Amino acid sequence: MQTGWSNETLREIFPAVWDGFLTVLQVTLVAGVVAVVLGLLVAVGERGGPVWMRRPLGLVFQFIRNTPLLVQVLIVWTATSLYINPDWSAFAVGSAVLGVHYASYTSESYRAGIEAVPKGQWEAATALNLPSHRVWSAIVLPQMFRRSAAAVGNWIIAMFKEVPTLFVIGVMEMIAQARAFQGQHYTGAVEGYTLAGLLFLAASYPVAVAMRRLENRLAKSNY
Amino acid sequence: MDLQAVIESLPRYGEPLLVTIGVTVASAALALVLAFALGLMTGSRLLAVRTPARVFVEFFRGSSVVVQLFWFAFAMPVVLGVQFDYLIVAGIIALGCNYGAYSSEVVRGAIAAVPKGQLEAATALNLTPLQKMRFVVLPQAWPEMIPSLCAFAIMLLKASALVSVIGILDITWLAGLLGKQPGQDRLLHYAVVLVIYFVLAWLIWTGMRALERRAKRGLGIDAKPAAGRLAPDVATGGVR
Repeated sequence: MQTGWSNETLREIFPAVWDGFLTVLQVTLVAGVVAVVLGLLVAVGERGGPVWMRRPLGLVFQFIRNTPLLVQVLIVWTATSLYINPDWSAFAVGSAVLGVHYASYTSESYRAGIEAVPKGQWEAATALNLPSHRVWSAIVLPQMFRRSAAAVGNWIIAMFKEVPTLFVIGVMEMIAQARAFQGQHYTGAVEGYTLAGLLFLAASYPVAVAMRRLENRLAKSNY
Repeated sequence: MDLQAVIESLPRYGEPLLVTIGVTVASAALALVLAFALGLMTGSRLLAVRTPARVFVEFFRGSSVVVQLFWFAFAMPVVLGVQFDYLIVAGIIALGCNYGAYSSEVVRGAIAAVPKGQLEAATALNLTPLQKMRFVVLPQAWPEMIPSLCAFAIMLLKASALVSVIGILDITWLAGLLGKQPGQDRLLHYAVVLVIYFVLAWLIWTGMRALERRAKRGLGIDAKPAAGRLAPDVATGGVR
């Protein structure tokens, strides 16, 4: 057990934790794309997909949404590393699970956006005899995006802060880096965890403030 | 047979299940108290009251709950010299502070949404500020908070699985342990744990819906049963 704070250790551990921070950003990017795209597919599929698949799709994502990310990461990692393909990296598997988990949230934000599109818009599209892909791409989705953008953005910020969960399968983010340093040098956990917290704060606070501005602007513009 | 081994070891989940429920309930209680305290403070007109609460909220919302767990468990004893006798206390405090900070926004928003006329009427009736809060503002704000607080309670339940990584013996930890033993299937054990969490989330959701109906009936509003889906209240964008 470490006994005190050391600025010396802080300087030594900084490069490792910074590496971990860059890993967090990479995971956020990959998982963010998965969450934004898959969430949209799920929301549209639940509303406009084949009838037989709507309910099962909703139930699967309801299950994903209401169970812990940590256990999902562990079960998928166990499955891929023991049974499917041991060569798949923790980074890839972890990003995929994180992306799918947050797709279960973003799909709800998209769904709320779709439901907020006035009924008359659907009826007008039917009256004009538009094919369904045009109804979605030209009428529903453009209106939905303005309503959902802020909420989806907020989920991506929340996701960014959940990346450290992936240390359990060996993704070298900040917590994993601090623990590795601690394992080698018998010190550094205190400085590493503090640094990790501060880096998160420095990165997410400006983004959160910008998101709130965007939200206020969208709330004011009358759509 | 794998399945039989898993079924035979199900009784061993009893005690860790109590730990999971205990951590969730204790940190939810702490979060609720903090949410009301911070929500009232951040909604205050006095800068001296608002600023410290704002700083606390931004601090906990700005960084990661995983990092906070590790920090409270392993860094705080060194940095601040605060030593917990049991690690589980560190876990409860980290989760409670984090979700308390998030939920305080819900409390603040619901209180701010009470119509101005209600406050003016309360003033006209010569109610003291405390009476105003107790009899006019909170009874109207409370039902509005419940759906969002329910969403946070479920997220808190899910986050409670994280305490297993700082060495607390909850159901996630037990699944990892049993899964490594010979003759046991790790996948099945994790699947069992996922189902347990889902059932617990469903219980929270059902309970909160009943609470919401009761609170609304108290106001004379006949609440329609909410749509039948377990979903966080995303329309408010309450989670950042």
